[in-house]
This record gives sequence, structure tokens and C-alpha cells, in this order.
Amino acid sequence: MHGDRWFRLGIGAVGVLLVALVAAIGVELVRESWLSIRAFGLGFWTSRDWDPVSGEFGALPFIWGTLYSSVLALLLATPVALGIAIFISELSPRWLREPLTFVTELLAAIPSIVYGLWGIFVLVPLVRQLEVHTPDWLRALPLFSGPPLGVGMLAAGLVLAVMIVPFTSAVAREVLKTVPAAQREGAYALGATRFEAIRAALFFARTGIIGAVMLGFGRALGETMAVTMVIGNNPQVSLSLFAPQYTMAAVIANEFTEATGDLYLHALIEIGLVLFIVTLIVNLASRLLIWSMNRPPARRRVRAAPAEAAA
Amino acid sequence: MRLDGRQLLSNLFVLACGLSILVALVPLVMILFFVIREGAQALNLAFFTQMPKPVGEAGGGMLNAFVGTLMLTGLAALMAVPIGILAGIYVSEYKGTTLATAVRFAADTLNGVPSIVIGIFVYGIAVLPFRQFSALAGGIALGIMMIPIIARTTEELLLLVPSAMREGALALGATRARAVFSVIVPSVLPGIMTAVLLALARVAGETAPLLFTAFNNRFFSTDPGQPIASVTVQVFTYAISPYADWHRQAWAGALVLVAFVFVCSLAARVVTARVQRRRGGVA
Repeated sequence: MHGDRWFRLGIGAVGVLLVALVAAIGVELVRESWLSIRAFGLGFWTSRDWDPVSGEFGALPFIWGTLYSSVLALLLATPVALGIAIFISELSPRWLREPLTFVTELLAAIPSIVYGLWGIFVLVPLVRQLEVHTPDWLRALPLFSGPPLGVGMLAAGLVLAVMIVPFTSAVAREVLKTVPAAQREGAYALGATRFEAIRAALFFARTGIIGAVMLGFGRALGETMAVTMVIGNNPQVSLSLFAPQYTMAAVIANEFTEATGDLYLHALIEIGLVLFIVTLIVNLASRLLIWSMNRPPARRRVRAAPAEAAA
Repeated sequence: MRLDGRQLLSNLFVLACGLSILVALVPLVMILFFVIREGAQALNLAFFTQMPKPVGEAGGGMLNAFVGTLMLTGLAALMAVPIGILAGIYVSEYKGTTLATAVRFAADTLNGVPSIVIGIFVYGIAVLPFRQFSALAGGIALGIMMIPIIARTTEELLLLVPSAMREGALALGATRARAVFSVIVPSVLPGIMTAVLLALARVAGETAPLLFTAFNNRFFSTDPGQPIASVTVQVFTYAISPYADWHRQAWAGALVLVAFVFVCSLAARVVTARVQRRRGGVA
């Protein structure tokens, strides 16, 4: 018994260390951004002036850029990711499943910096061509205004989309696996087409699917290198897909080692703090949704009953 | 054959799903094509064995960066492998306890923290106090990223071990520690090694957490207390530079990174398949 207690204490200490690490990240970020938090308060997040030379620090352009690029990536990636997940888990012949899974995993394994390199030298010139050939009446819209630079929001959204597809599709595949076969068989027995049966399975798995999409969103929010290399790094709030903009992660990566003065550094770390909190919330929410799918079906049915009765 | 609207819609849906596979394949093939075509031009023995040449002089290599990445990932593994495995053991052995739930939650949280934020954290605890960028700080940053991957995989592997094995060891009078370290963990060792390999492959490709921890170094260094070069930061520096020669070097570095990741993923697949086959044979 004695030995068992020491064993538990020993490996328990390692566990505590892991929990303490997460807490320490939060504490350290607050401590290292204190000057900025005190100096600017909430105004930090509503001001759009970022001028380190004159000591003005407003983070709105970075929040805007991060949200814009991530939502754009989400819109582009979600249909493709779900299509892949459905194809692999529901439609593909058995022998093709393994290779396809491997290929999507490979897409997830390619380092961010390689995506960035490809972005700079291959994707950005292609985007520039697209922008140059955009007809004038379209260019008049705020969504496509500005000179055709290549670098900018569109390039960032495209790179991010490619990067989050494998994450979303992997989780969506896992979620689809938890749908009982009876669900699909029931649909087929009622004369459903393939699409209708899969739609029924998707509906059954909806919470988990939303969780998978949110997990991809969380990835996009924190992605740094590839975005830094293609977004143009210009702190402005613009609706235009063609405009060079900036994200929270990118400004930290670019300006951290050049930050002169404590206030500048603290302002950058405050941006990191908010990035930390936002990704924490998004990941937490997505995990709760995915976990709720993995609960035993019997219990789920009981919990779902009142809602059905109400409906 | 009767092809009504519903059937047509269904066929279109199947087609769209198949197309989305192709859509995802386009960037993958494009990236591999360009990385191989551009990278192969600058890839030769000198790339691995020589130091960077000054701007304007052709040739040279990334020897310091390769040694740097090796050292950074080594330091990271030294820190993350024991912590990750032990934390994973705790969560699976004492599952259901408050601490086990908290540890698992912490690991998942850590996994979702953007790598740039980990960089800031390590800057605060390991760079700022010493006023010195260092290889050690870079190793800590990468180590923090490895821990949750190893911990969660270890936990998942251990949960698959049949309870009869644990009960058998305990029935023979083994202590819990003995049962875990001599019977249960060895039975999943190939899986744990795969997880470590994949975690290594992932952090070897990380750039953001190194920017202000390990920083970069134009010179050869193996001193853990000094800034150190890494393949990823070097590729970044070269990629955003205006020199065509450096761009070629960046592509070559990218080719090496992608090849490394590819080999690791493939090796992990092979090991996993072998373990599964063995399991299947026993059952």
C-alpha cells in the first residue's frame, strides 16, 4: 500500500505540473501586459491607431484582421472539409479509405512555414493575377476595392482554409463514426436516397459537426507564420478582400523582437493574452460539443426527450 | 431507368463530396510540386555540411540550422517525453478523479494554445529574467507543445490495454507502480514511441514559438545558453529576404522539412498498422 501511495503522489505531481503550466501561462501573460492594460484599459480594443513611434496602441485592426481571415477561412474550408469527411466515412470504397486519410493527415502535417513559403511565391502571384483580371464593376464594390497587390486578406483566407481543412475533416470523420448504423439503415429502409440518408446522419451528429467546425476556427485564429507571410501586414480595418491587413498573431511575430520600450512590448503581449483567452473559449466550446456526441446514446436519448416533447 | 429529382440531387451530392477531395488535393500536390522542384535545385551535400555564405556569394548550406533544430527538438523531447508519459499514465490509471479530469482538460487546453502565445510565455519565464535568447528557452517552448500530444496519446493507448493484464499483474502481488511500468506500459510501447515521433515531427516544423526564444544565430553554436539557429526560422528569414539565392535555400530547407514530416508520418502509419495487426491476430 505504501508504495502505491508514493506512485500516485509521484505521477500526480506531474499531473499537477501540467495544470499549473496552463494557469502559469495565463498569469504570466497578464503580468507581462500589465503596463498596457493599465494605460489603455478597454480603449485598447476599440482604437484603430497603431503607431508605436508616437506611443499610440490600438488593437482593433488586429482583432478585425484575425476575425476576418478566420471567418473567411471557415467559409471556404467547411464545405470542403465536410465533403471529405462524408466521402471517406460514407461513400468511399473500403480500399481507398486508408490512403485518403493519410493524404489529409499529410496536409495537416506540413509545417506552417512551408505553407507560408508556398503562399509568398506561388499563391500570392496567382491571387494578384485574379485581382488584376477582376472586372471594374466588381472592383467598385467595397469588398474588392484597392490596388491588386496579391498579398492581403484573400491570400491569407485561402492559405488558412487549406490549413484547417484537415483538422475539421478529421474531427468530422470521428463524429460521423459515432452515428449508429441503424440511423442510416432506418433512412434507407424508408426509401431514402443516399443524400437523404447521409443528411439524416449529419443531422444526428450535428452538435459534433459544429464542434469540428469550431475546432478549425480555433486553429485559424492562432495560426501565425503562413498568415504573416501573405496578409501584407498593414494595420487597417478594411472590408476589402484585396487590402493588405494584419492579424493578432502576425503583429506579435513581426514586432516582438523590435519592440522598443516596455509599453510597446506590453501592448503586444496584451494582444497575445486576448488571443489566448479567445482560443481557449473557442476550443472549450468545441470540445464540449464533441464530447457530448461521445456520450452513450441511451443517456442522450433520455436527455433529448423533453425537447422532443416540447416540439 | 427512372431518374427523379431526389435521385438526381443525391447523385449531385455524391459528386460534390468526391470533388471536395480533389479540391483538397490541389494545394497538396501544388505544394509538393513546388517544394520538390524549387528545393531540389539548392539541395546538395554542401547544404547539409556547410555554413551559410554571406549575401551575394552563391552556395553554402544550413549546417548551423540543422544542428540547431536537432538540439532544440532534443531538448524539447528531454523535457516533454517523461512529463507527457507520466501525465498520461496518471489520467488513465486514476480516471474519474478530479485531478485526472483536470489534467486531461489542461492537456487539451494546452494543445489549443496558439504556438506564438507559448513563445510569449517562454519569453517571459526563460528569456526576460536572463536578458538572453537561448537554445534552452527554445527547447522549453517546443517541449511545452509536445507535452499534450504525448500525454493524450499515452492515455488513449493505455485505456485500450485489456484490464485482465492489470488484474493479472496485481494478482501476482505486483505493486501498482510495478504493474504499470513492467506490464502495462511495455505492452503499448510501440504506440507511445509513435506518438513521440509524431510530436517531434510536429515541433520540428514550428517557427512561431522560436522567434523570440531561441531567436536565430548566423554562426555555429551548440551552447544551450546562447541563441541558436533552426531550419524553420532560417527558412522564414530567407523567404522574406530580397535575394534569389536565399529564396532557393529557403525552398531547399522547406523540402527537407516536408521530407522529414513525410517520413515520420509514414513510419507512424507502419508501426500503427503492425500493432493493430498483432492485436487482431491475438484476438
